[in-house]
Amino acid sequence: MTFTLKNISLASGLVTNIAIDGTQVLSIGSEIHGDVVDCTGLIALPGLVDLHTHLREPGKEDSETVLSGSKAAAKGGYTALSAMANTSPVADTAGVVEQVYRLGKEAGLCEVFPIGAVTVGLAGERLAELGAMAQSAARVRVFSDDGKCVSDPLVMRRALEYVKSFGGVIAQHAQDPRLTEGAQMNEGAVSSRLGLAGWPAVAEEAIIARDILLADHVKSRLHICHLTTKGGVELVRWAKAQGINVTAEVTPHHLILTDDLVESYDPIFKVNPPLRTNEDVLALRAGLADGTIDIVATDHAPHPTEDKECEWSAAAFGMLGLETALSVVVKTMVETNAMTWEQLANVMSVNPAKIGGYDRQGVPLAAGSPANIVVIDPAQTWQVDKEALSSKSKNTPFHGYVLPTKIVHTVYEGIFVVKNQELTGLKYE
Amino acid sequence: MKSQLLSINDLSTADIHSILSTAAELERITDGPTKKLPTLRGRTVVNLFFEDSTRTRISFETAAKRLSADVINFSAKGSSVSKGESLKDTAQTLQAMGADAVVIRHGSSGAAQRLADSGWISATVINAGDGTHEHPTQALLDAFTISKSFPDRKSDFSGLRVAIVGDILHSRVARSNVLLLSKLGASVTLIAPPTLLPVGVETWPVKISYNMDEQLEEFDVVMMLRIQIERMSNFFFPSEREYSRQYGLNEERLLRMKKSAIVMHPGPMNRGLEISASSADSSRSVIVDQVGNGVLTRMAVLYLLLGGAALTEVGQ
Repeated sequence: MTFTLKNISLASGLVTNIAIDGTQVLSIGSEIHGDVVDCTGLIALPGLVDLHTHLREPGKEDSETVLSGSKAAAKGGYTALSAMANTSPVADTAGVVEQVYRLGKEAGLCEVFPIGAVTVGLAGERLAELGAMAQSAARVRVFSDDGKCVSDPLVMRRALEYVKSFGGVIAQHAQDPRLTEGAQMNEGAVSSRLGLAGWPAVAEEAIIARDILLADHVKSRLHICHLTTKGGVELVRWAKAQGINVTAEVTPHHLILTDDLVESYDPIFKVNPPLRTNEDVLALRAGLADGTIDIVATDHAPHPTEDKECEWSAAAFGMLGLETALSVVVKTMVETNAMTWEQLANVMSVNPAKIGGYDRQGVPLAAGSPANIVVIDPAQTWQVDKEALSSKSKNTPFHGYVLPTKIVHTVYEGIFVVKNQELTGLKYE
Repeated sequence: MKSQLLSINDLSTADIHSILSTAAELERITDGPTKKLPTLRGRTVVNLFFEDSTRTRISFETAAKRLSADVINFSAKGSSVSKGESLKDTAQTLQAMGADAVVIRHGSSGAAQRLADSGWISATVINAGDGTHEHPTQALLDAFTISKSFPDRKSDFSGLRVAIVGDILHSRVARSNVLLLSKLGASVTLIAPPTLLPVGVETWPVKISYNMDEQLEEFDVVMMLRIQIERMSNFFFPSEREYSRQYGLNEERLLRMKKSAIVMHPGPMNRGLEISASSADSSRSVIVDQVGNGVLTRMAVLYLLLGGAALTEVGQ
């Protein structure tokens, strides 16, 4: 199909036309080809790339599937997502990652990159067959035990070393298990009042510090999942200044929500790692703006209603993210003038694609680049309605929030998977 | 007054005075051969206990029965709760049975608030202890006990010095008492090893001490908390003996206290660990009085929250 996004603004602010033919951008400029889609007032960015998504398939298809998660991704402006390994069975073999990869292809709404487990069964004891997953049809490059920390320093060292052979990266869920036994929320003034077991910042920072030093020692590539503390930002800043090969992510919810929300005891705010203090939020925003934190990743974690409709300690950890991520980042980073649209495109598309090695994703829009594009309306706000989300689950902490920026169109490999804010039913095959 | 009692924060100072004076009035009225009042006749109070606590359950049960309410005891053990039924389903079952008040004891902090805020139930929710969060009726009965021990003060505790000693970190009694006693003007000092004080305690309206012997002579009230022996396995303190030596209320420490000072303990006590038998049984100890005052205070709470008939009428 050939069409032109007419009168559209690029991240740079330049107003132009983007012509698309097949799966490629044909031209950017005055030329018009094929059908015309008027995009006056809208902005085009390279399709968003999520490096941290929980799709729950196989095993927990009642909360999300590869298809429902792909729909949520497309609605949220994503053209690629990365399926975390903590499924049931765990994605610790070539068979499971190939299954997820195939399901992603069948859904055809965005590119689905399986993440492989670092250790067998996420148990932290023996390395999974990382090479087999790397050589499988899924071509896994990112490995993570996310949900659990690779806490044994020797296992972590070996994993970092081993993935060098195929240019892989270990994405660490930094959480010292002993310091967080039974932990329910950030440890501080609020937890002291609420009588909920504390999750100290040091439990996260101690692992980050250790892994930075390990990555330096074995000269490998480390990615820190969902950074949440001011101290963690400082550690990554130091590591980058030393030239250590470390990247870091922050979630949208940690850029906006704080631990005082837990005073409601509503488990919708229960998340791992936990919501921190306002001081941490400001440090995360500053770190994202200055490049210390490379990317925003959703940590989209669907859970069925019954796992949140209970007392706090019995509830599951996690929040939805795919359909609200862009708007939250606009609200916290762009509307506050901390970042430009170009920087937003870097942290939500270009950089995550680079970390994951996703060739057809996060490519700045130019003639010849892949036609993976999100078109947004920065002038419109919308109210989040958990019932209206495409995810199978409803556990968004933003229900009722009025957020800036609507996602108007999502173009995946030249196909309008979302047009005028609605799934079109079309897919890329 | 709010229609729920989940936390001491739900109560204004006027509410607290009202509960304490109602408890005193109830004591006066029931101080005869007939202990029972008809004021909550026809009302149903459910004791929903997810955690074993014979003392608190009996105290609430006695309080409700003395006000002529019907009482249903719903204990998690041997019920469908132990078979995985959720708090929500249990709540909706009680709602369908027409409970007017639910007294909930739960091991999870915030469970009472969750029950009250969720819309699962329209009954009045009374927190009888939620995890390590709060135990508001315990703090109210403690304040009632203190006010009776210092009758000149008429529940104005300004300048009164209270020490709360022991496992503050895991104590719902301490959290409720800190809030309540400071609302009434008392100066509260928490005495504990640093391991048993929560991170963030510096934001509480209290003084902190790691040393039991430092200012023992200055306190009007010394409230000892129960130490759970299983805490030792998590390195909170090295041994029972060491804890007892550093933070136990023994004979020698008892003698150093002010003549007018009282000793309190929410029970159940570990005699010989946080409190010696001689301290528990001494003339300064009001520990047994706390139990009786618990019934009166819980009667006052049930009466005020469920809007029973006026006390003057029933008293006649």
